[in-house]
Amino acid sequence: MKFERYGIGIAKGMAVTFKHLFRAPITVQYPEEKLIVSRRIRGNELVWYPDKCTGCATCAKSCPQGNIEIATHVGDKNNYVVDKFEVDTGRCMFCGLCVEACPFDALAMGISYERAQHRRKQLVLSKEELQLSDVRQPSGYARPRIEASLPKQSLLIYWDKEEGGQKLSWLGLSKKRGRGV
Amino acid sequence: MAIRTEPFILNMGPQHPSTHGVLRLRVTLDGEVVTDVELVMGYLHRGIEKLGENRTYAQIIPLTDRLDYVASMTNNFAYVLAVEKLAGIEVPERAEYLRIIMAEMMRIANHLMAVGFFLNDLGAMMTPVLYMWREREKLLDLFEMVCGQRLTYNYMRIGGVSHDIPEEFLPALKRFVAEMPGFIDEYDRLLSQNEVLLARTKGVGILPKDTAINTAASGPVLRASDVKWDIRRADPYSIYDRFDFEIPVGTVGDCYDRYWVRMQEMRQSVRILEQAIAQLPEGEACAKVPQLLRPPVGEVYGHIEAPKGELGFHLVSDNSIAPYRFHIRAPTLINMTALKDMAIGWKVADLIIILGSIDVCLGEIDR
Repeated sequence: MKFERYGIGIAKGMAVTFKHLFRAPITVQYPEEKLIVSRRIRGNELVWYPDKCTGCATCAKSCPQGNIEIATHVGDKNNYVVDKFEVDTGRCMFCGLCVEACPFDALAMGISYERAQHRRKQLVLSKEELQLSDVRQPSGYARPRIEASLPKQSLLIYWDKEEGGQKLSWLGLSKKRGRGV
Repeated sequence: MAIRTEPFILNMGPQHPSTHGVLRLRVTLDGEVVTDVELVMGYLHRGIEKLGENRTYAQIIPLTDRLDYVASMTNNFAYVLAVEKLAGIEVPERAEYLRIIMAEMMRIANHLMAVGFFLNDLGAMMTPVLYMWREREKLLDLFEMVCGQRLTYNYMRIGGVSHDIPEEFLPALKRFVAEMPGFIDEYDRLLSQNEVLLARTKGVGILPKDTAINTAASGPVLRASDVKWDIRRADPYSIYDRFDFEIPVGTVGDCYDRYWVRMQEMRQSVRILEQAIAQLPEGEACAKVPQLLRPPVGEVYGHIEAPKGELGFHLVSDNSIAPYRFHIRAPTLINMTALKDMAIGWKVADLIIILGSIDVCLGEIDR
């Protein structure tokens, strides 16, 4: 294939590439710097509130995989007492249908995303493990009240712009590096 | 004395860096020239069609995310449209617009990845991909904001969408729409006149117009062969008849045309996004639909123009909570049948480009 002026296209492309030398980096150094995730993040875990749960098993019925295992018995006040509430997060696909289905807001998606384990058995979460704790915080997925209380997501689209006089928090984090945004 | 030669059979795959999934091509070679291509598929088979028959209509939506995982939002869209057609559900106006916005964002995100990996196959190792990834990442951020997940969105619901958009979504999307044409111009400067790209793709892997129609190819593969067939115009679904956009078509149907059609489609998607943002009405984001939907007895085929081609869902209902039969017409599976016609007579290095120009996603082919 013949070209009239060989090399013009490549030179134009190289000019675009050259421009990137002067652009600020858009990446973050992950384990040290972390972006703020979405307020509706369907994180890698569930949060279960035992005081709100009535043991109705609506979540278990709505789960496409049949992951949620609930066992109850009838208590003194003619209510259900939850004996067993187990979620196999190894088979869970984090679709959030159980959280949407819960009529009492007793279940929420978690906000964390670093929940890798060494054994498959450790991915089966029991009643105690699923409760609210320091490492297990709820996200605002299908829970508007929690959503309003969470910080705003850091968006790549504003990576070179100041937002209302203040840089976005993840851009502030990158200041400690020599060549910040 | 003549040297005795015999055809050489080469297994390409199952691992290939820029195919999304695992695919094996059993290629028969005469020297370096391809004389036959046989597809060996099924490495990613999960039985989604059968799984769907044991789940309720709402529970199938997360399964459809796993078909074409590069563009999950349009899979959701096609499925819920089919179910709504079957059950006769009216969708609120705002939900229709939100669906269009999501589908067009997804089309841009998919084409960025398709073009990027096509160039990766050409030997431009990772640089164009990462340039395009920057824009795709911005879109994935927006998807994460709306539905809480970056890959498997599970956003559309029967009768609307699962959540209304948060308040910070529209300003961010407006900014994206404003700066995206500039980035596409930048890719054009970087790539469209590049001599290496032109020499490798012009006239390579030609799919003639009549062969393209006979193999039932769809999407950019068909439009590159100068066939003006886009389901958004040919059989308008949702509210696509309200928007003003053009259908880019190629001239000869070679690899360069397929690349070019994708670049132009991104520009058209930006145009649709602009119009949809301007017209977005207030209101409900989802209609009231029973949790356990029981559609009337019957069958339905709903199809949309997914980024890769015509994506259709065929549902048969027997008035129970789960479909009796759930079939998927995956665009890349049909487009892959044209690979043999395109590849025969070309060298092995060209075969890789031709495969890249189809934009395959194995999650959809094997399902």
